[in-house]
Formats: sequence, C-alpha cells, structure tokens
Amino acid sequence: MCLAIPGEIVEIMPDRPLAKVDVTGVRRAVNIGLLDGEGLAAGDWVLIHVGFAMSKIDEAEAKATLTLLEGIGAAYDDEIDALRESGID
Amino acid sequence: MRFVDEYRDAGKARALAASIASLCEPGRHYKFMEVCGGHTHTIYKHGIEDYLPEGISLVHGPGCPVCVIPMGRVDDAIHIASQPDVIMTSFGDMMRVPGGDGSFFDAKAKGADIRMVYSPLDALKIAQQNPDRRVVFMGIGFETTAPSTAMTVLRAAAAGVTNFSVFCNHVTILPAIKAILDSPDLRLDGFIGPGHVSTVIGCRPYSFITDDYGKPLVVAGFEPLDLLQSVHMLLAQLAAGRSEVENQYGRVVPWDGNAKALDVIGRTMEPRPYFEWRGLGFISHSALRMRDEYAAFDAERIFDIPGGRVADPKACQCGEVLKGVLKPWECKVFGTACTPETPIGTCMVSSEGACAAYYNFGRFTRERVKEATR
Repeated sequence: MCLAIPGEIVEIMPDRPLAKVDVTGVRRAVNIGLLDGEGLAAGDWVLIHVGFAMSKIDEAEAKATLTLLEGIGAAYDDEIDALRESGID
Repeated sequence: MRFVDEYRDAGKARALAASIASLCEPGRHYKFMEVCGGHTHTIYKHGIEDYLPEGISLVHGPGCPVCVIPMGRVDDAIHIASQPDVIMTSFGDMMRVPGGDGSFFDAKAKGADIRMVYSPLDALKIAQQNPDRRVVFMGIGFETTAPSTAMTVLRAAAAGVTNFSVFCNHVTILPAIKAILDSPDLRLDGFIGPGHVSTVIGCRPYSFITDDYGKPLVVAGFEPLDLLQSVHMLLAQLAAGRSEVENQYGRVVPWDGNAKALDVIGRTMEPRPYFEWRGLGFISHSALRMRDEYAAFDAERIFDIPGGRVADPKACQCGEVLKGVLKPWECKVFGTACTPETPIGTCMVSSEGACAAYYNFGRFTRERVKEATR
C-alpha cells in the first residue's frame, strides 16, 4: 500500500467522483475526489494510491515511474494484484 | 522512454557524483536522513551510496508506516477482529506484522474473519454487502494515505452506512522528525524529504526543520538521479551556509500540497495527544484519531480496546534502525534469525522497511563495492 502507481484515465464516470483508469492493462475504477480542481479528462495520467488519484502527472513522468516500479519486483506485483481484486464503484 | 534514460543515465550520475565530491569539505562527515520507504528502496536497489564519497552517509528514518505500528496496536486490532460478527479489513502489508500474540495471518488461521483490501473503499463496499456484519478498516499510513480513509468515512456517512468503522492508526511525519532531531543519539546534517507525503502536506510545514533546527531539507523524487541531485542540493546549501526547504520533485509535488486532501483529513480526524511509535516511544500529536462528529465510525469507541503495551522482542533492534542509529546489517539478528520469510521485527516485514530493502537488494551493493575496490 505504500506505492503510488501511475494510471491513464480512460473515462470519467458521470455524476460520481470516479474515473476508469488503465494501469499496465488492468482497468479499474478509482476515486478522483481529491483532484477536484484539476479538470481531469480521458488521456490524463494520475498517480494512484490505495484507490485514490493523488496527483496529476505528465505522461513522461508516468512512464518513468512505471519503469522504476517494474524494477522493484514483488512489492509492485502485489500492488497490481491487489488492484486487480479491487471493486470500487 | 527518453525520460527514463535521463533518470538512469550513468554518465550523468558520475558527473553529479563528481560535483557532489567537490562540494564536500575535506575531512567532514555528512549524515543525511531520508524518511520515506520508497527512497530507502531506491538507495539500496540502485546502490546510490556507491556513487557518494566516503564522507557522506545516508541514514534511514521512520519512513515506513507499517514498521512504526507498535505491537500492542496489532494485538488491539486482533482483539477487535475476534469479536462476534466482525470482518476486519486491512492492506496486505499489515498481514504479517507480528503483535505480542501473533499476526493478522495467525489470527485468520485461528478463525478470525480478516480480509485483505486494496482500498478503504473496498472495505466500505464489503460493509454495504454485509449489512449484518460489523466491518472495521485497519487505517494505517502517513498523510499520503489518511485522505483516502477520510474520504471513505465521508462517503460512508453520506450513504448512511452504520456497520463500517475505522481503527485509526494514521501517523504524521513531522512530530517524528522533530523527535529524531531532539534525540541525542544522532547528529544529522540534513533531510531528504518524502515525495508522496509532500504531495499532500506540501513543502511549507518542513520549515521548522530549516528555521528552528538549522537543517536543510530537500523534497526528493524516487529515481536514482533524483536522490543524487537532492544530495547535491543539500551539500550546496550547507556549503553556502543556508538551511532552506527546497523541492527537487516539483514535477509531482506542489509547494502548497493538496488543499482538498488536507481539508478532508481535518474534517474527519484530529491529532491524538500522543501515540506510541515502534522504536521511538510515545510522541506528542504524532497520530490521528476520528473526530467526535464521526464517533459512529470510530472502532475505538465502538469496541472495548485492551490498549496494552507490548515490548519488542529483546533480540529485535528495529527501534535503532527506525531512528537511523543502526544500519540494517548492524542488527544482531539481521539475515539470520530475522528474514522476510520469518520476520522478528517490522522493518523486515514490509517491502518498504529498511531491513527488507537491504536484504533484497543490499547484497548487490556490497558486491559492487567489492568489485570497485578490487
């Protein structure tokens, strides 16, 4: 849970502070309520921590962070597995 | 991938290292503390200390929220989990943390209903799907994680959910840094500030470290070159006689933090008078509890909590490791009695703990050092 992982917003859900994000092929809903004023849209990248988008980042930063995380091994795999089990709606 | 290469470029790292060496006063020894498990990870994984002159050491502070939970709180959580109709929910990182009487995994094996969740929102969902059960979320983490718990409580309140509560163990980093600065054990020259905590609290709250204690602090990113550049910025401040808060990670961390995140924490939680940190003891105003307005969501008011203190096992030196007094490999049981498979102390449990990070990656660093000096 200590990790913040980058995800690309695929779709902003109507009427709720949720967005569908793509994290290395895993698509799940995350809460975007902490980034109210950022005007998030599909195609934007965010850092996701325990089901919440924490900050908006640019694509280059997202790619660099993903490469860094992939290199750390088990902790990252566990995080992606946990995300896969998540059913935020 | 040009961006990645930029952050890993060995040539740039060597150039930075040379510039770092030129900023060091001959004969002076520098100690910089990082207080973020992610930084600890990068330092060991990429052998950052191999790039630094001998006079600089990086010491690891209490930057792993799982590691600082005292054993008594784990016992309290297991006590709650063992009550009738309770479903305890927790991040996976907590599952193997030993209490005085075993871990969540042990309690689960004995029949307690303890479930791993990715997000507090998943815990809330379990509550909504099980209206006849009492669902408790084990809230852990620094300011990075507390807003998520706060948002979930607000959502539960708005949805009228009455069977969901939080066992709140959220901690705040600034009082812990102050406790370390006030401790006579360690003389520090500066701090590498935590990247993700700072996305929430911003950079301004660190100013007591620079103004009252005269130590520079640089908020840093997680790439190897981020950390080298941060060390460079700290040394440049010291060389110029400055002690200021600087933001090396501006591409992610806004100077003012995240106002919404701070607002939701403040609406639902308040500082505790004191909280026990594993290894550091009791620290004033260093953790959060639920506000009176959200008492209905506070597991500490719903359940009778034993609240006992449990001393760490004698052989375990996590306390010294968390304060940066000992390096992981200087602990008596490191890598022998205490390994990630059979952890005695919390620093070996969490992948962000200094001991686990060093156990997993540090051996490569040692080999690299040997090669370099051969």
